[in-house]
Amino acid sequence: MVGIIDYDAGNVGSVMKAIEKLGGNPVLSCDRNVLDKCNILILPGVGSFGLAAKSLKLRAMDEYIKEAVSKGRPFLGICLGMQMLFDKSYEDGENEGLGLISGEVLRFGEGNDPAWDDELKIPHMGWNKLIRNRDDSLLAGLSEGEYAYFVHSYYAVPKDWNDVVLYADYSVRVPGFVRKDNVMGMQFHPEKSSVTGMKLLKNFLKEGNEIAD
Amino acid sequence: MLTKRIIACLDVDHGRVVKGTKFSGLQDVNDPVELAKYYSEIGIDELVFYDITASNEKRDIFLNVVQETAFNVYIPFTVGGGIRTVDDFNKVLKAGADKVSVNSAAVKDPSIISSAALKFGSQCVVLSIDAKAAGDSWEVYIDGGRTPTGIDAVEWAKKGEALGAGELVLNCIDTDGVKNGFNLRLNRIISEEVSIPVIASGGAGKMEHFLDVFTEGKADAGLAASVFHFGEIDVKELKKYLSDNGVNMRI
Repeated sequence: MVGIIDYDAGNVGSVMKAIEKLGGNPVLSCDRNVLDKCNILILPGVGSFGLAAKSLKLRAMDEYIKEAVSKGRPFLGICLGMQMLFDKSYEDGENEGLGLISGEVLRFGEGNDPAWDDELKIPHMGWNKLIRNRDDSLLAGLSEGEYAYFVHSYYAVPKDWNDVVLYADYSVRVPGFVRKDNVMGMQFHPEKSSVTGMKLLKNFLKEGNEIAD
Repeated sequence: MLTKRIIACLDVDHGRVVKGTKFSGLQDVNDPVELAKYYSEIGIDELVFYDITASNEKRDIFLNVVQETAFNVYIPFTVGGGIRTVDDFNKVLKAGADKVSVNSAAVKDPSIISSAALKFGSQCVVLSIDAKAAGDSWEVYIDGGRTPTGIDAVEWAKKGEALGAGELVLNCIDTDGVKNGFNLRLNRIISEEVSIPVIASGGAGKMEHFLDVFTEGKADAGLAASVFHFGEIDVKELKKYLSDNGVNMRI
């Protein structure tokens, strides 16, 4: 089973449907007993970081995720769920994340990156090209320069660029797929990124099942 | 960098695409799910399903279509038509839509934009504006373009953004259906005034019109219906043409 962590973070229907389509068996839950039976975990999320972090804490899911991840359970955060993997975010004030990947989450234009182009719109919304920062097993079958669908106003600034597998160019470099061992995150929506996204999700499920075995 | 988007709009009545389409190779040209799959395969960037079913009791048929589409198509799709309350948002999002577009209801009660944005996030709230030239400016019309409101379209776009809309669809009544090109001036003015993406709608007749609205009109996306459905513009060819002319496209 694929556990989709339920913390009231918006629209999870399309993630569930994509998993089903790929032959997975998704369950939406914030019950430890149910999630314990899932060999793979996904943290979805749309909405704002502050609320999501509170909501996760309220359900004690922050502790649960850290525990599960430390035991090697394959874990994927999507969109806001990816941002939650980092140390902290400046959305809704300053809020702590899960701290599973080092770095911060900033609003476009509010970082110190001189590369930011003020003319660009916020949110970063639409299809952007995925650029390879390093290789990863999840990229099997993916060609150079495929596109993914992004919708977000905040982006991750990792401490160690080695944690970044794919990024997009939005004047600044926007981490799109980050990975540290069994902890993975996708800023774009794989479930909305056509064939490209489905390939990545499929590879994640396949590898997840292998790790979990 | 971000690409410009090409969006196909399907009008759905009682669960069927109206006015059929002329694609060869499709078993059922009026089946919205089959059409959505087809468009997704040929590289359309997004889809809009517009429910024109007049009677409210028949809404469930449409919700089934949304559900089926969500299960079969993995690109973003927006649902519009007959959205009046936050609960209507909830229903279509639950059925699997990614975004919901609201038009007349938002003019009558703008708080629906902020309530929906708060509840579901700005990214799924699309404000659709029907505008018609009124002297030197543009006036907002509602009820399918029948009722003038006295509201200035540029001001309404700005207010929509401030209330939390994540995207704007700008449908120009004067150019709609005429196939003489999008309203470049209004698209440009609004694109410069707001920071959220603007989707140009109404007027596409040939490929050059898309090039114009992306360059001169500064739009982020171009939406069309019949020119795609009837094969007057081929989506693949269009994207190649735009790309060859320096517009960033997902190909």
